[in-house]
Amino acid sequence: MIKKILFQSIFLSFLFTLKAFAAESGGMPQLNPEFWISQIFWLTITFGILYILLSRFILPRISNNLETRKSQISENIEAADKQRKDSELKIKEYEKTILDTKNKAKTYFQQSREKIIKDINIKRESLDKDLSEEVKKAETEIQNLKNQAPQKINKIAIETSKDLVQQLIGVEVNNSSISAIVDDLSKKNLGKYYGN
Amino acid sequence: MATNPMHQFEVYRIGPEIKLGSIDISFTNASLFMVISSLAILLVFNFGSKKNSILPNKIQLLSELSYTFVSKMINDTAGSKAKPYFSFIFSLFMFVLFCNMFGMIPYTFTVTSHIIVTFILAAFIFIGVTVIGFVKHGLGYLKLFVPSGVPVVLLPLIVIIEIISYLSRPISLSVRLFANMMAGHTMMKVFGGFVISLGIVGGWLPLSFSVALTGLEILVAFLQAYVFAILTCIYLNDALNLHH
Repeated sequence: MIKKILFQSIFLSFLFTLKAFAAESGGMPQLNPEFWISQIFWLTITFGILYILLSRFILPRISNNLETRKSQISENIEAADKQRKDSELKIKEYEKTILDTKNKAKTYFQQSREKIIKDINIKRESLDKDLSEEVKKAETEIQNLKNQAPQKINKIAIETSKDLVQQLIGVEVNNSSISAIVDDLSKKNLGKYYGN
Repeated sequence: MATNPMHQFEVYRIGPEIKLGSIDISFTNASLFMVISSLAILLVFNFGSKKNSILPNKIQLLSELSYTFVSKMINDTAGSKAKPYFSFIFSLFMFVLFCNMFGMIPYTFTVTSHIIVTFILAAFIFIGVTVIGFVKHGLGYLKLFVPSGVPVVLLPLIVIIEIISYLSRPISLSVRLFANMMAGHTMMKVFGGFVISLGIVGGWLPLSFSVALTGLEILVAFLQAYVFAILTCIYLNDALNLHH
């Protein structure tokens, strides 16, 4: 029911509009030449002024703005590029100096080590020399002592044996017979004590 | 009266009657909207170009985007030779666009819905392009009517067709814009009238149509301005770079 009313009302209103359209329209106002000249005149004036103002003042400004922006951006990019290159160069320099100083430090180290080794060697040599001299001295002393030792021992042995004999049997034995015995014995036992 | 969908296209005098000799050049509602559109364009692009910051604000971005849009359009269709005519095509595009868009505001007048306005623009373009063609190529511009690679037998026919199509350019250009604008606005008015006459019961259907039509008409307003400008570029391309 509602649908029917709706459709009917749409249809009726359509008819009404068409009727009104037919009754009121005196054709298209666009084809009425009354204001054609006026429209042409004002179109020429407004569009002419618009064109002149746009082309003289505004559009050059916009293109200028665009260009300056473009150039500014490219300049900034260039500057950034340059700075990057600079910093890269500086990094290289820095690395080089570090390498140089490292090398220098190495050479210093090497030099000082060599020097120290040399010093140590010299000192050691002198020490060795001193030591060997001392050793030689000691050796000669020992040799002397070694050489003297049997005679002294023999002498002591002779005296003690002489005293012993006198104490034991009260007879005075002459030195030469005792020393002959002692010499004989010491010669026999020398190797046992000194290893000669 | 208000239900007549053609009523919105009527031109009437605003203020006194101005006469230049015997010619009536009175200021009308059409003139008013021409002035408003031009002023709006000048205002937008003046503010959009005043300050030059690296990071543009909205209005500057808008004007610069329009600039690059039109410049790219010209460069793509007519090549680099068309650079001197950039200002004209930019003004034309913006004028038609703003007139179309102002027409979409209720109770306003659509300047471009009048055949005389679009015809004068198209005729100016047609004459200008023809003059440019003859200045650049001399009588060689007539080669435009003789396409290459056509059999000699068909040549007279083709030349006649080409000449007719060339001469009909201003008519097709102007009628396209005018008819689109008029038809769209008439349709919207008709559907608006339906909304009123059907009232609260049946008015919802035409109302929804009206809403959809408004969106479509805004698209058409932009599209027709673009088509108008790009056809101008194409005609200019014919005049500058003779391809045939």
